[in-house]
Amino acid sequence: MIHQDSKTILEVSGLRAAVEGVEILKGVDLIVKSGEVHAIMGTNGSGKSTFAKVLAGHSAYQVTGGSVLFEGQNLFDLEPEERARAGVFLAFQYPIEIPGVSNSHFLRLAYNTLQSQRGKDELDPLEFEDFVREKMKLLEMNPNFLDRGVNEGFSGGEKKRNEMLQMALLEPRLAILDETDSGLDIDALRIVTNGVNKLANKDNAIILVTHYQRMLNYIEPDYVHVMRGGRIVKTGGKELALDLETRGYDWVGVERRVPASA
Amino acid sequence: MSAVLQNLVNQPYKHGFVTEIESDIAPKGLNEDIIRLISTKKNEPAWLLDFRLKAYQQWLKMEEPKWPNVKYRQIDFQAISYYAAPKPKKKLNSMDEVDPELLRTFEKLGVPMHERAALAGVAVDVIFDSVSVATTYKQKLAEVGIIFCSISEAVHAYPELVKQYLGTVVPVGDNYYAALNSAVFTDGTFCFIPKGVKCPMDLSTYFRINTEESGQFERTLIVAEEGSSVSYLEGCTAPRFDTNQLHAAVVELIALDNADIKYSTVQNWYAGDEKGVGGIYNFVTKRGLAKGANSRISWTQVETGSAITWKYPSCILQGENSVGEFYSVAVTNNYQQADTGTKMIHIGKNTRSTIVSKGISAGHSNNSYRGLVRIAPTASGARNYSQCDSMLIGDQCGAHTFPYIQVRNQNAKVEHEASTSKIGEDQLFYFAQRGIGNEEAVSMIINGFCKDVFQQLPMEFAVEATKLLGFKLEGSVG
Ligand SMILES: Nc1ncnc2c1ncn2[C@@H]1O[C@H](COP(=O)(O)OP(=O)(O)OP(=O)(O)O)[C@@H](O)[C@H]1O
Ligand SMILES: [Mg+2]
Repeated sequence: MIHQDSKTILEVSGLRAAVEGVEILKGVDLIVKSGEVHAIMGTNGSGKSTFAKVLAGHSAYQVTGGSVLFEGQNLFDLEPEERARAGVFLAFQYPIEIPGVSNSHFLRLAYNTLQSQRGKDELDPLEFEDFVREKMKLLEMNPNFLDRGVNEGFSGGEKKRNEMLQMALLEPRLAILDETDSGLDIDALRIVTNGVNKLANKDNAIILVTHYQRMLNYIEPDYVHVMRGGRIVKTGGKELALDLETRGYDWVGVERRVPASA
Repeated sequence: MSAVLQNLVNQPYKHGFVTEIESDIAPKGLNEDIIRLISTKKNEPAWLLDFRLKAYQQWLKMEEPKWPNVKYRQIDFQAISYYAAPKPKKKLNSMDEVDPELLRTFEKLGVPMHERAALAGVAVDVIFDSVSVATTYKQKLAEVGIIFCSISEAVHAYPELVKQYLGTVVPVGDNYYAALNSAVFTDGTFCFIPKGVKCPMDLSTYFRINTEESGQFERTLIVAEEGSSVSYLEGCTAPRFDTNQLHAAVVELIALDNADIKYSTVQNWYAGDEKGVGGIYNFVTKRGLAKGANSRISWTQVETGSAITWKYPSCILQGENSVGEFYSVAVTNNYQQADTGTKMIHIGKNTRSTIVSKGISAGHSNNSYRGLVRIAPTASGARNYSQCDSMLIGDQCGAHTFPYIQVRNQNAKVEHEASTSKIGEDQLFYFAQRGIGNEEAVSMIINGFCKDVFQQLPMEFAVEATKLLGFKLEGSVG
C-alpha cells in the first residue's frame, strides 16, 4: 500500500556490482517505502538474482559503485549476518541443501538469534516446537519437515515453502522473494501467497522477483519494475505486468540499450 | 578466489603447559641395557624381560613403515629417553597424597579427578608420563571382581593373567611401532572383567605426556570373560613443545563368548602450531580379538590432535556371530596429517562389521582413511557395511580414501559407500542470510556430519567431543 508519509526502508542509487570481474549490475535505482510491495520482472540473466544477493551481501559479488541505504544506514557497512539480523530477508531462488543439520535446529537458531538481537526472549526447543508448528499450519506444511536436514531432499516446491516458513518466523523488515512462485503447484501458490499477504503490513516491505503475472494476482504489487541489462529500465503500476504478459520484453527500455561493444 | 573460506588460524592450545616435577629420566637411546634398566626399575619378572628383549630383537630387523600417506622427518630413536617417572616423595595411599602440582595439572586439563570420578561415576586410572600414580574406585570395582589397575601393578599382582593374554592380539613383532612398544613400554592399563559381570561404570584413563623428549609407550590390555561387558574411555592431552614427540601405544582387547567391549577415545594431543612446528607423532596399534561366539568389540574414536596420526583400531572376528564396529571422526587442521582407519578381519561364520568414518580436513592438512575388510574362506554369511565420508573446509587441504576389500567367501556381503563434501560459500551464505555467523554455521554443519559417530560416544564424552571440534575449527573460516 502506498502512503505519502511512510518511511523509506530501502534506497538504492546507481548500484553497480560485478562477479569475477564481469559487471552485472550497471546502475540500479530503486526506492522502497514501508508498506509497499514491489515486483521486479525481466528476462533471464538480466540481473534480478544478482541484485537480491548483492543486497543480502553474498561475498562472490563485488560492489563497484553506487550506494544502498537500509533504514538510513549504509547497508554495505554490515556483514551478511548483520543485514539479516537488521531485517533483510532473502528467499532464495535456489535454496541450498545442508545435509545433516536438522531443519528444526536450524530454524530455532535463526529465530533465537533474531529474538536476542531484538531484545526479546529466546525459545527453548519445546516452546519453539509449538511455535513453529503454528507457523507451519499457516503454510499447510507437514511437521515432518522439521526432522529432516535443511532442505535435504526437499522437492523444489517444498524448498520454497521452507523459505516462506523462515520468513514467517523471522518477520523481516524487508523481504526479497526471488522467484518464490516458480516450482509451486497451483494450490501451493495460493497457500504461499496467502501466507505472504498475512505477513505484509504497514511497517515492512516486500520485493517480489517473478516471471509471471499469475503471482501478482494473489499479491498485488504497488509498483512493477522491469530489469534489463543490470538496470531498472521501466517502472509502472500493476497493469505493467499485464502488458508484459501479452507483449513480452522486447519493447521495454529499448531506447536505453547499450551497444554490444560497450 | 574464495573470500569467505580463508586460511586457518588455530586457537592457542589450551593444554600447553609443563608441570614442574622432578623427573627420573633414563639416558637417551635404545639398546638392551636400557631395556634391562626399565625392567629392573620396574622390578619385573624374568618372562617380561624376555618378552621385551624378543620384541627388541625383532624391532632391530624391521623397517619403519613407509606406506602411510604422511610425511615427516626421520625419527632418531637414539635421541629419545625411554623412561621417565615422577619421583614420589613417599608411597601414596590415597588421592590426598598425590603431588598437589600434579593435581593442579589435571585441574588445568579439566580433569578434576576425584570430582569427575565421583560425579560421573567414572573410575580414573591416571597415567602421568609413564607411571600410574593414582587409581580410584579400585575398591568398588574389586567388590564385583573387576581388576582395573596399571599394567605394572598387574604384572606383580596378577602375573598369570597378564602372561596369558599379553601380546596375543598384537604379537611382539606385529609392526615396527608395536615391536618398539613391546620392548620399552613403561606403563598402561590393565582391565579384567570376570565371567558374567557387567561393569557398573565407565572406566576411564587420562593419558598425558609430560616430559619433553620422552616418548610415551603405554600398553593397555583389556580382557572381558564370558558374558561380561565393559565400556572404556580414553582421553588424551599433551602440553606443547616445539620438538616432535613420539607416542607409540599398543592396546589389546580380548572378548570371550558373549562378551562386549566398547572402547572410546577422544584424542586431543598437541598438534603443532599453525605453521606445523611441533606436535605429537601418534603411531598407535589398537586391536581387538572377538574371540568368543556372539562377542562384540566396538571402537569409537574422535581424533583431533597430534601432528601425525597413524592408527587403525581393528577387530579380528573369530567367534561365530561376533560383531566388530568402528566409528571414527578424524579432524585435521593447519599442517596436521592423519592416516587412520580400521581393519575388520572376518574369520568366524556370520560375523558382522560396521565402519563409519568421518574425516574433516581444514587448513593445509591431509586426512586419509585407510581400511581393510577381509573375509576369510571360513566366514560364511559374513557381512560388512562401510561408510567413509570426507568433508573439506577451504581449498588447501586434502582428503583421501584407501579402502581395501578382500572377499574369499561367496556367501559374504560387503557394502561400501563414500562421499566427499565441502563446506561451501553458498552454504555459509545461506546461514548468514538467516543471521547465523560463519563460526556457528561451520560448527552446526560439522556436528551434523559427525552425528552418527557422536551418538556412539557416552554422553559425557559426546559433549566434550562436540566442544572440542568447535574449538578446533574455530577461526578456520574467516
Ligand atoms: N559467478 C558468475 N560468473 C559469471 N557470470 C555470472 C555469475 N553469476 C551470475 N552471472 C551472470 O550474471 C547475469 C545475471 O544473473 P542473475 O542470476 O542475476 O539473472 P536473473 O535475472 O536472476 O535471471 P533468471 O530470471 O534466469 O533467474 C547472468 O548472465 C549470469 O550468467
Ligand atoms: Mg534469478
